[in-house]
Amino acid sequence: MLIKNSDGIKSSDITDENLYWNRRNFLRAAALAATTTATGLLYRKLNTPAKQQATLTPTALPTGGYALPTGEAATAFDDITNYNNFYEFSTSKEGVASRAQNFVTRPWTVEVGGLVQNPKTFDLDDLLKLAPPEDRVYRFRCVEAWSMIIPWLGFPLKSLLDAVQPLGNAKFVAFNTLFDPYRMPNQRGDVLPWPYVEGLRLDEALHPLTILATGLYGKPLLPQNGAPLRLVVPWKYGFKSIKSIVKITLTDTQPKATWNYVAPDEYGFYSNVNPQVDHPRWSQATEQRIGEWGRRDTLMFNGYADQVASLYAGMDLKANF
Amino acid sequence: MPDIKFAKLVVFVNCAVPGALLAWDAYHHRLGANPQEFVLHTTGMLTLIFLTLSLTVTPVRKLLGLPWLVQVRRTLGLYGFFYGCFHLLAYTWFDKAFDVAGIVADTLKRPYIFLGMFGFLLLIPLAVTSTNAMIKRLGGQRWNRLHKLAYLAALAGVIHYYLLVKADIRLPVGFGIALVLLLGYRIANKYFPAWTQKKPARAAAPKPEVG
Repeated sequence: MLIKNSDGIKSSDITDENLYWNRRNFLRAAALAATTTATGLLYRKLNTPAKQQATLTPTALPTGGYALPTGEAATAFDDITNYNNFYEFSTSKEGVASRAQNFVTRPWTVEVGGLVQNPKTFDLDDLLKLAPPEDRVYRFRCVEAWSMIIPWLGFPLKSLLDAVQPLGNAKFVAFNTLFDPYRMPNQRGDVLPWPYVEGLRLDEALHPLTILATGLYGKPLLPQNGAPLRLVVPWKYGFKSIKSIVKITLTDTQPKATWNYVAPDEYGFYSNVNPQVDHPRWSQATEQRIGEWGRRDTLMFNGYADQVASLYAGMDLKANF
Repeated sequence: MPDIKFAKLVVFVNCAVPGALLAWDAYHHRLGANPQEFVLHTTGMLTLIFLTLSLTVTPVRKLLGLPWLVQVRRTLGLYGFFYGCFHLLAYTWFDKAFDVAGIVADTLKRPYIFLGMFGFLLLIPLAVTSTNAMIKRLGGQRWNRLHKLAYLAALAGVIHYYLLVKADIRLPVGFGIALVLLLGYRIANKYFPAWTQKKPARAAAPKPEVG
């Protein structure tokens, strides 16, 4: 057979077949490596839980100490401070800590007024002198069906209310979070109506379990947990425990509460933890305790029934959810 | 003509990357405070992403005149099903601890679970009939008609997602808009193919197209 070589290519010029295939394979390997790296980086960018902010070294944490009488141990500090619902900073629970880390909480004032004898705007440091801080290890149950055990530092809300003396016609207590879109960047969007507001019945507010928290694990609160001052009502879903409070108002009518206002069918004004009353979209019968593998049964009033059930005696808890 | 075998390999390997990284992070306990929820959300998101990508293939190949792209569609769709299986497993395991009666009750009671299950069930016949042999057995036209169910499955998935978020609806709405655009293209293409298609640069596709 005659092979014409009209281009004048000498057989010695033809690339060796092995070399040709090697080059081809090299390019393929490079293309594969480049695309998988790009995909991997994209995944990392979009979906990796933010690196936990190491704000306290483990040695700085008190050892042992914090547990419930039932033996339920406190949730890890890193989990409490890196998994937060705080829409003022981010709607991603893993994204709050990093976006809140430069939130400045001094100076800070809390305006207490409404139906009280002695309305007063407290400087935070004066407010903290009203009562000595106490360790309170509480269950914390989010409406999203996860839970923690949190060793709070705080004092009863009652100490503050006693200082301003509610009038006889005061029936409710309303709370406002700070509204400052410059410092709370997600307030520039409209995912919720701002500022975040919450409310309690006066007897709930005066209950000895209800505290204003200023710290956890013996340290001042970090911004993501509601610094410098937040409410903690352990028998209610977490969203009732309003964060970064700037205003407390005694009223004679039931105050507006943000989630209740946004979706009244889904979040009641009371929002007591109740395994028998499902959220319309999901079950409340069980919960994922952070740091544990399986799920736990959710307890009536989050395990505080013996202390708070009497507040709701005779009430239909299905209707007043 | 691009090297189709290699293109398919690139797509196959890339689709596995998110799952591999998720497994890697799980092994190293780097899934954050609530790893169960993280796995559940990630696999659900990946299911929607790959279903949407598989539905993007036909519009893109027609708009850009790249008939060979259809060759990677099956891989994308099957990865959607694959991540969907893990999503269902994560729910069954972490949320329900394999309580079958509880899952049935949940499915009947809660619209978002029902839609998730419905979407997943729709994917099963699509996965089963994804082989060349099955395409031949069904015949291109019937196969095509059956696989239009992918739109319904994706729609169920998007509504499932929309129903479960609390307030930040940007992502589910984003998926919804993408789906409407893709479906809109298919409808436009049916009536005005001259506007919505570009002739492939090279004369003929190597194989009869299915799609």
